[in-house]
Order: sequence, then C-alpha cells, then structure tokens
Amino acid sequence: MASLKDLRLRINSVKSTRKITSAMKMVAASKLRRAQTSAESARPYAARMERMLGSLAASLAGQTGAPRLLAGTGSDDVHLIIVTTSDRGLCGGFNGSIVRSARHLTNDLLRQGKTVKLILVGRKGRDQLKREFGKLFLDSFDNIGRKGVTFAEANTIANRITGLFEEGQFDVCTIIYNRFKSAISQEVTRQQLVPFPLPPVAEEGASGGPKALYEYEPSEEAILAELLPRNLAIQVFRALLESNASEQGARMTAMDNATRNAGDMINNLTIRYNRTRQAQITKELIEIISGAEAL
Amino acid sequence: MAEKVEFELVSPERLLISEPVEMVVVPGSEGDFGALPRHAPMITGVRPGVIDIYQDGKVSDRIFIAGGFAEVTETRVTVLAEEALRLADLTADTVAQRLRAAEEAVEEADSEPARNLAQRGLLVARAMKAALEQRTVH
Repeated sequence: MASLKDLRLRINSVKSTRKITSAMKMVAASKLRRAQTSAESARPYAARMERMLGSLAASLAGQTGAPRLLAGTGSDDVHLIIVTTSDRGLCGGFNGSIVRSARHLTNDLLRQGKTVKLILVGRKGRDQLKREFGKLFLDSFDNIGRKGVTFAEANTIANRITGLFEEGQFDVCTIIYNRFKSAISQEVTRQQLVPFPLPPVAEEGASGGPKALYEYEPSEEAILAELLPRNLAIQVFRALLESNASEQGARMTAMDNATRNAGDMINNLTIRYNRTRQAQITKELIEIISGAEAL
Repeated sequence: MAEKVEFELVSPERLLISEPVEMVVVPGSEGDFGALPRHAPMITGVRPGVIDIYQDGKVSDRIFIAGGFAEVTETRVTVLAEEALRLADLTADTVAQRLRAAEEAVEEADSEPARNLAQRGLLVARAMKAALEQRTVH
C-alpha cells in the first residue's frame, strides 16, 4: 500500500497536469475562434470563384482542347495524395483518423496496381506514415498555419502541385483533410483536386441560361488557364483552413476530457489519502491504548 | 443618380468591399475599363494596378490589387483579387522594401516555375510603385 507521502506527491503531480491541460484547452478555444472566423471569411472568394468557373466551363463544354487541369490527362495511373495533418499532437484522434484514411486509400490504390505519390503537410502525419510509405514521399511541408493559415502558404503548396502536374508526374490528385463540422466533431474528407470536378451549377448554365452570354477578355481559354491554377490554390487554402479549425476543435475537446479525467483522479486519490491517514491514526491509537492496558 | 452597380471586392482571405457604387474603373488585362450599371456581361483577367471607385461623380476610394479576375454583369461587378490594399495605406518604405525583396527573389530563383513566380512578384511590386508615384503626383 502506498504511503501517505507517495499519495500526496501523486495528488500534486496530477493537479499540475490538470493545470496544464486546462490552460491548453483555453488556448485551443481562443485559437479555434480565430481559425473559425478566418475559415468563414475565406468562403465568399471560393464561392465566387466557383460561380465564375462554372460559367466559364459551361461555355467551353463540349469543345476540345480544354486545359488539362480540368480535363485530366486521360489516364489515372499515377495518384498524388496530399495528407493534411497538424504539427503538434495532443489533439485526440485528429491526426490518427487522417493517417488511417490515407493509409487505407494508398493501400487500395497500390492493390489496384496504381502508382501512388504522397505530399505531407504537417509533421505528425509525416512521422506516422514515414515507416510504411517513406519511399512514396515526394515532399513535405511543416509549420503551416502556425500564425494562422495565410494564402501565401497555400499558394506555395498549390504551385508545387501544378509544377508536378506540368512535368507529368501524376494524373489524379486528391487531398485528405479534416473538415470542420463543429468544435466537437470533424469529418475526414477526400477531395479530388486534379482533374477538377465541376460544381453541378455549371451543367445548369450549359443548358442555355443567361449565363452563357458572357464576353471574355482576352479569351475563354486564356482566362481558364489562369483561373484553374488559382482555383487549385483556393481549394488547398480552404482545406488548410478547415484543417486548422478542426485541429483546434479536436484539441479543445481532448483537453477538456483530460481536465475532467484529472479532476476525477484527484478526487479518488484524495479519498484514498484520507482513508489511509485515518487508518494510520486509528492504528496508532490502538497501539497506545493496548499498550496502556497491558500495564 | 439612382442607378448603381453592386461592387464586390474579395481577396482569398476575406470580403473587402460589398456596396453599391456609381462606377468602378478596373485595370483589365486588355486595358482599363469602367463598369457602369447595365454593362454588358463579361469575364476578364485583371492586371496588377489600381481600382477607382466613383461615388457622386468623383473618386471615393482607390484600391491597389495584385491582379486577379473580374466578373461583370448588368447589375454587379465582382473582382477576385489575389491581394488588395487601400492605396492610402501604402507607404514608400513598404513598397521599396517589397520591390527589393522581389528583385532578390528573381535573382535567387533556380528553377523555371520558381523564376516565373518571382517574375510575377516583381511585376506586382513594380505596379505598386507606379501606383504610389501616381498618387503623389495627383
């Protein structure tokens, strides 16, 4: 049985752990609010970009020579998977579920005889996948979104992707990230980036609606060729923002649980401490009394 | 003047402006154009330059944008900017600094895509400088 001193030390150590986890929870909560606002304020751009792309693609529909970022290379032998995780742990199942999904997808594709290449965003995912798929790594990015995700960071990643695509390094590109549903729930999402799947709105526009009447300067093709890489960057940006918000949400929940568990543990230990103390006092009293009676 | 056109300026980070205006002058890739209400619908590229917003017959706001796209319909002008800054917020120092950084990036670029990217950054920085100089002349 643990001595009184051991118990006292144990209680103190759990108490300081609880202080840390509850502080981390507060920090995550305030970061979450910021991440959530920036995710929301990025939405108008993405929405308008989609609308523009929709009407452009509608007017180009059926024509040959559509840019390859939209039409694809015509085969799907080489897959590029972008795995978005966080740089830091202590956020519950956040990284685990992404890594699981990535591993699943990679194995599936490998079984089908496809070639898979990986780009890792975030340190945790890289570390966890390194042993198994280290040879498939093309590139990895760390320290993304440390001070809030900026568009420049997303742009760097997107430029890398378009660069690889132009060199003919892959046919299909998918990004795996945690979509932010609420502070307590995230959803692992796989989104295809290249070739870009058109939003359904575009098809409505194609049926001769007023949308088809745009003039283009300089030309449809030229604008589309500019717009598509841009759109790729936006999609990456959106995924990073969602992932960042999810990370903070997941961490907040995990730390909230940890704080509660620490509280429970402290209660149990305190009860045990008091019982032991009482038992010891009783024992001492008995010893004294029985000693006195023996005289 | 009753008729106005709904002007929206969005950058990837946020929605900057959304208000009815009399006219906007946008630096299109094929030349500057002014968009009034009932402009013919069009989609165009935008070069780095300055957007002039007209209210009550005079320029009410000038905004520098680092290129992007514009969508014009009869009632609405939407500009998707890569980056947008109020011209009034630009200072000679920051612009000079940016120009220097862009020039260095061009020199340091070691691959074709990197060079293209750096060139583009340099174009933006130069346009920014030009916009600033133009402002001081006025």
